[in-house]
Amino acid sequence: MTTTAPARARRALKIPTRLDRRYLPVLGTFVVLALMLIVGGTRYENFLTPAVVSNLFINNAHLIVLAVGLTFVILTGGIDLSVGSVLALSTVITAALLQAGLPVAVVLPVAVGAGTVIGLAHGVMVHYFQVQPFVATLAGMFFARGLCFVIAPESIAIDNASFVELAGWVQIFAGWRMSSGVLIALVVVGIAFLALHFTRFGRTVYAIGGGEQSALLMGLPVARTKVLAYVVSGTCAGLGGLLFAMYSRSGYSLTGVGMELDAIAAVVIGGTLLTGGTGFVLGSVLGVLVLGLIQTIITFEGTLSSWWTRIVIGVLLLIFVLLQRALSLRKT
Amino acid sequence: MTQQTAPPVVEMTGISVEFPPVKALDGVDFSLRPGEIHALMGENGAGKSTLIKALTGIHSPTAGTILVDGVERRFTGPADARAHGVSTVYQEVNLCENLTVAENIMLGAEPRLLGGLHWQAMRSQAATHLKRMGLSIDPASSLGSHSLAVQQLVAICRATVGDCKVLILDEPTSSLDTDEVAHLFKVMRALRDEGVAILFVSHFLDQVYEVSDRMTVLRNGGLVGEFATADLPAAELVQHMIGRSMEVLEAAEEVVEHVERPAGATPLLQVVGLGRKGSVQPFDLDLYEGEVVGLAGLLGSGRSELARLLTGADRADVGQTRVAGQPTRLRTPRAAMRHRIAFTSEDRKGEGVVDGLTVRENIVLALQAERGWMRPLPRKQVDELVAKYIEQLGIRPANPEALLRNLSGGNQQKVLLARWLSTAPQLLVLDEPTRGIDVGAKAEIQKLVADLAADGMSVVFISAELEEVLRISHRIAVMRDRRKVAEIDGGGATMDQVVDLIAGGGAK
Repeated sequence: MTTTAPARARRALKIPTRLDRRYLPVLGTFVVLALMLIVGGTRYENFLTPAVVSNLFINNAHLIVLAVGLTFVILTGGIDLSVGSVLALSTVITAALLQAGLPVAVVLPVAVGAGTVIGLAHGVMVHYFQVQPFVATLAGMFFARGLCFVIAPESIAIDNASFVELAGWVQIFAGWRMSSGVLIALVVVGIAFLALHFTRFGRTVYAIGGGEQSALLMGLPVARTKVLAYVVSGTCAGLGGLLFAMYSRSGYSLTGVGMELDAIAAVVIGGTLLTGGTGFVLGSVLGVLVLGLIQTIITFEGTLSSWWTRIVIGVLLLIFVLLQRALSLRKT
Repeated sequence: MTQQTAPPVVEMTGISVEFPPVKALDGVDFSLRPGEIHALMGENGAGKSTLIKALTGIHSPTAGTILVDGVERRFTGPADARAHGVSTVYQEVNLCENLTVAENIMLGAEPRLLGGLHWQAMRSQAATHLKRMGLSIDPASSLGSHSLAVQQLVAICRATVGDCKVLILDEPTSSLDTDEVAHLFKVMRALRDEGVAILFVSHFLDQVYEVSDRMTVLRNGGLVGEFATADLPAAELVQHMIGRSMEVLEAAEEVVEHVERPAGATPLLQVVGLGRKGSVQPFDLDLYEGEVVGLAGLLGSGRSELARLLTGADRADVGQTRVAGQPTRLRTPRAAMRHRIAFTSEDRKGEGVVDGLTVRENIVLALQAERGWMRPLPRKQVDELVAKYIEQLGIRPANPEALLRNLSGGNQQKVLLARWLSTAPQLLVLDEPTRGIDVGAKAEIQKLVADLAADGMSVVFISAELEEVLRISHRIAVMRDRRKVAEIDGGGATMDQVVDLIAGGGAK
């Protein structure tokens, strides 16, 4: 027992020098984010201000929630293509029900619950019917988008007083603003983090991504966990729709076309492997911020076409995937 | 001996498992007592894995009873079995490399704090379990950063967490080196002395003799018997596994005359120290024109792996290859084809015939591949070629347009032979060309091999049936535990000799 004290001291010294390789991709994302902030800050006036950074969160709160939900599915080695459509469905349900005069306390759970139900259907299809996640959620994507148009072909403005009040809630301190949407998004991130790292469900998600057969033979509850991952993703998409409705004060069928791809890009840029098993929910948040910051920089640049955003995202995505490839190759 | 009198912890009676139309297990009895290491023996396909899976609930038996601790049980799966004290560690480490060592050991029985995982307690408990295994690794490190041997021990570690009465080890040693195996055996004996019943499956006879107390031998899904390890000589065990008594084996007639090889002849293919980690230990082999070299050994002894190394189907890590005296590297089957070396895999369906194509298409496949897609074989030439081989090898039905999936196994094998013969190989490596085909077709293929050799071709012939190898080989290389252990003259060899060599390590 006399050796424990020096051993502990040595280990404490070791931590900064020996970084676990698992954190490298996330660290890479963080470095990119920091670089962008520095470059933006030196190039433009008023870039590094509380207002701009606050807006970064406010404008992307819904995407953060989508990416967080998607992270669960991607960690199991699956994919969810429906999140953009489910988000739109949720905005449309919210707007239509409020227009019909239902109280907010009823509308909100119904809008989120629609996402949950679709997620459950995906999970059941993927696990019990062995449908490829790509195909199952592609079907879900068409279904949700179509349902949007059935409910409301036109955009519906939201003028329900209590909903507008909820959406307009803002906390301001020293120039920093936090909307209700951002608060909800941050709570979701917190819950997701705890769920992934401090529950058996979370560790089973990682185990399935590491090897579904192994997880099964280890006696882990694979079926339940896999279905639940899609439920989480669907629920997050429903909630994301709610946040988007709060942000845009409307519900529209063509909302979020292609948003699922933004969410996937954010997750991948955040260091999560599409093959599953590796990644962190905080990485996905960083990924969303990187995407948002690209948009901000291009707005600040002024002369550039906004389509440059897409090109930069494409390039970044490629770089991050190559980086991950290199890391996993070095490992073997 | 106290363990003789202790009641069995597992008692399986009359277990049958069917995968229609195949009966994988047929009325097998098996019992396991606390505090013993019990080896389950048999060739591949004998039903060892099926028996284990029946016990752990992966397969459900169509008949029979399973008693665990005197209570009848039908487990619903590995998790259920584990909850009742029956844990399994499989040949491939079935853990998650992306998780930490601590998680891999503790998940499922993890300590909790306020409804969440208690990481600190998890790590310290994992460390305690690791210590029992004599492993000093950081529980917080990720599993993927450790060697396979360590992963294997971690898997055993996981299996012994909680109340472990029965530990099933399915081929735990196949990827370990000697020191690692010694460490594993130490752990196994320690667990046995604690009263754990260990079911041990291994292809390595010497290991079985080193560590086991009793053994149960299976063959073709049936029970051969249960023996005390000390009372069963290795040669007898091999006979039980192969399923033929010595007398029957010796009656096999010899058809091969010994051929005189001109002194100083250059081997067609000469390999020196060729090997691949985890597949075959380095070996030497010379192959001459007009000679059939048989490979004998139990299934899993490295016969097929050796053939794959010879023909570039697997890439060798070490060693040299010379073709007709010239140093050559055969990295791919394509490279081997360029040197007129042809290989038919034991997996006829998966790596041999294309069963959705016709006889004609299957036959010309290799020849066409050799020419390249830019120069298609003229149809007339194809038809002549196909007609020639259908006639020569007696392929039935004699219809070039018949789909391969409608042919019998023997005829598929002939089509496969025709495919390679059409490329005019100098060396033909045949892995299990006669498996699963009827007696008549078998004899035809044997005769064909002999004729080809008489015409000057060099043939490597692999078969699970010893008498077949003995009958047609000029020379026999004997494999054991992924090593080439001997090379004997086929003409003078007796079944006795070969069986002894195969059993080798275990015979003391």
